[in-house]
Amino acid sequence: MSLKTDAVGKSWPAHEYEVGREKIREYAQVIGLDNPVHFDEEAAKAAGYRGIVAPPMFVVVYSAGAMGPVLFDPEVGMNFAAMVHGGQEFEWGEPVISGDVISTTTTCKEIYAKAGKGFYVFETESKNQNGDLVCRATWTNIVRGVEE
Amino acid sequence: MSARNKGDKIAGLKVTPDKYVPHRYAGASGDFNPIHIDKEFAEMVGLPGAILHGLYVMGLVAKAATDEAGGDPRALRRLSVQFRGMSFPEQEIEVTGEVIEADGSDVTFDLIATQNGNQVIRNATADVTYG
Repeated sequence: MSLKTDAVGKSWPAHEYEVGREKIREYAQVIGLDNPVHFDEEAAKAAGYRGIVAPPMFVVVYSAGAMGPVLFDPEVGMNFAAMVHGGQEFEWGEPVISGDVISTTTTCKEIYAKAGKGFYVFETESKNQNGDLVCRATWTNIVRGVEE
Repeated sequence: MSARNKGDKIAGLKVTPDKYVPHRYAGASGDFNPIHIDKEFAEMVGLPGAILHGLYVMGLVAKAATDEAGGDPRALRRLSVQFRGMSFPEQEIEVTGEVIEADGSDVTFDLIATQNGNQVIRNATADVTYG
């Protein structure tokens, strides 16, 4: 299968996610985080946060709805069955607090073939309700069985 | 909280995710890809069994980096990783790392996550600011 690169430069409409405290606690618990700022309002405020703070990696929760549809977009044309998550980069800005509304937009940065594999690189940018950048992310997915 | 100079090792962490972690992580993250939660499906597509989510393991790497810098979530400024292998529940994962750059309270770690000698995540770099 030769590689389709039509989607390079394409952006998708912003996805909004409202951060809830139970969702923060659920995520923090699975990872085994023990800092009370993720569980307890008073502890979070004492540490200088507006409220219960999301762990940095909670980005996967609020940006999932922005990345999901992109992976299945026919214009991207990714063979999902042969896809693996190759790499991931997150750069964080303002902390994300329970009650924040995070808006995430996705852009297709690159699609290229190398050594029989297709590389699909997407960037997401997430901002809070005040327009502050909370996270910029680069998602690299690799698809096996692609001609150069 | 002592890895402040180039070459210093971080404390790291060891964790053995229980059998149900992929299910709970799927619920927490919204990623219900059946290769993580359905053993029969995973085997049908050629995997040895249900595998852990790569982003779950990245979450452990983020925890190790954050804890080393004092534990406040603001300490972690940037994290990039390469996913290089599968990992499984009920087997220990170890995150190790060392300082590769240091400029006062701004420090960069190189980290690795292994399971049974396999590198699950490698070339992970974390920029942290010590509080």
